[in-house]
Amino acid sequence: MSMSNYFVVGKSLQNSSIVNHVTGATQYIDSITFPGMLWIKAVRSPVPRGKIKKIDYSKAEKIPGVVKIITAKHVPNNYHVNLAGLGVGPPDEPVLPEDEVNYKGEAICLVVAKDEETAAKAANLVEVDIEELPPVLDMEEALKPGAPAIKKWGSNVFMFGGGMDGATPPSSPKRPYFLVKRGNVEQAFANAYEVVEGSYLIPPIEHAPLEPHICVAKPEPSGKLTIYTPTQAPYFVRDNVATILNIPASNIRVVSPHVGGAFGAKVDPEFEMQVAVAAMVVGRPVKWRWTREEEFTISTTRPAVKIELKDALSREGRILGRKAKLLHDAGAYARTSPYGVIKSTVNLSGPYNIENLRYEGYCVFTNRQPSSAMRGYGVFEVSYAVELHMERAARKLGIDSWEFRFINAYRNNQVTATGRPIDDAYLIEVMKEAAALAGVKLPPHLLQLSS
Amino acid sequence: MMIRFYLDGQLVEVDVKPTDTLLKVLVDKLGLTSVHYGCGEGSCGACMVLVDDKLRYSCLTFAASVNDKKVTTVAGLLSDHELSPLQKKFVENNAAQCGYCTPGMVLVAKALLDKNPSPSDEEIFDALAGNLCRCTGYVPIVKAVKSAARR
Repeated sequence: MSMSNYFVVGKSLQNSSIVNHVTGATQYIDSITFPGMLWIKAVRSPVPRGKIKKIDYSKAEKIPGVVKIITAKHVPNNYHVNLAGLGVGPPDEPVLPEDEVNYKGEAICLVVAKDEETAAKAANLVEVDIEELPPVLDMEEALKPGAPAIKKWGSNVFMFGGGMDGATPPSSPKRPYFLVKRGNVEQAFANAYEVVEGSYLIPPIEHAPLEPHICVAKPEPSGKLTIYTPTQAPYFVRDNVATILNIPASNIRVVSPHVGGAFGAKVDPEFEMQVAVAAMVVGRPVKWRWTREEEFTISTTRPAVKIELKDALSREGRILGRKAKLLHDAGAYARTSPYGVIKSTVNLSGPYNIENLRYEGYCVFTNRQPSSAMRGYGVFEVSYAVELHMERAARKLGIDSWEFRFINAYRNNQVTATGRPIDDAYLIEVMKEAAALAGVKLPPHLLQLSS
Repeated sequence: MMIRFYLDGQLVEVDVKPTDTLLKVLVDKLGLTSVHYGCGEGSCGACMVLVDDKLRYSCLTFAASVNDKKVTTVAGLLSDHELSPLQKKFVENNAAQCGYCTPGMVLVAKALLDKNPSPSDEEIFDALAGNLCRCTGYVPIVKAVKSAARR
């Protein structure tokens, strides 16, 4: 079938919103206002980890125009976890902290006032007495015996298995890592001609959408709540708000008209719950517009990831076996990270056929701003590590790295790391095209190959 | 204090505080959709407007300073609901994805072409350098400006 028979594939289509964009008619959340609308500013933690001893609101409350200061006691059901709907648990994140803070900038309480300036002025006058505790800021440190445990369950790792990660059955054993294994990896290493090890680091990356986080929540006379937010995941917002307010999800309407860039930054409902609580308590529409500084320091980032790979290689260039350990920095709370770790761990073979493997993926908690999805979540990090490792292994064997990839590329009728049969392998064909585009002349014996 | 100014051709009167920025007044008081908050410190260009035909970051401009002046946002480039030739070039080149940076991009291009109808590539890059885009990518934006220029 030639490309010209398709309606969409191969054609450049016009963005359906573009006329509104170039005329400034597109309505983002920023320009949504309601009569009587109030504004939020947060009092934020100055330390990465600490015990809240005392909060003094007296000066802030005296500022004319301050309507309410919202704290943990206003939240009907304070603890939640974003992916509860997929079976992930236990809930580990408070809408507002009760006695401890776990990352610098975590919102301690919210000032609701007649305008943004008044809210900001009053927030500055709230006096928080915090006893600073030693923070855990590094994943390796977090895993050491004797490290301060920042989670209520007494460790710094998410427990996979037992049906608590959205992927395993309730009968599966609980482990401090997500495990993928196949074949006999120890035998593969015993038979190895060469072993190559590598350690790969990915830093946290801020999405920096041009539109910072912004949300309006409006209680309706019917008792329902409408939430206007540029979210990428309206159902996550609806379900989590329903959970923390303890009301049916059918009482919540989420409106996400236009998103001014997100790239994964707006997948987690990270502040809609706080705006929803404030709106329900004061019974008026409430708006919260994050500053650019909050966007960088509070909103999620791509996780920091450390990947250790160890391959057993044959003399001819086959990967006989692979051991991998992946550390994924969730920051202070689980958010979307357990899912991200599973996605990374199952992809640690890359697009290559490895029959003997053992992969451990750790979801590590630290006192850093929570991390979450970003473009190619979980896969980008792994591809970076795997492809660098392929180069390193090829060099160690003295084989051209194109040839090394052709030898190990998935073929049809093989299976993936998790045992799924492959019937649509195209890596060899893609590599041939890529080589041609890059001006690389492949030898005839590679050009003859197919998937 | 009451100020009055021409906003996209219409005379408006509005009560402002001396510390209010023009961006705040345009978005929070007048409900405009054609200027956007991105950084609040003149780094991203999403809030750009023309004040008496000169480019200004509305987040760094005091509202009181535009009293009796002419403020143009991208919405003011329409005439009789018709897109200006420059806006049409942005549409033809698909030079907007999420659209949040687009008003600033179009106004910068307009200011450039009004002063210099046939800019070099270098001059186009220079003009757009104060405006950040995170999703469209600069290639279609530069193409749109080039195709609107006199060659």
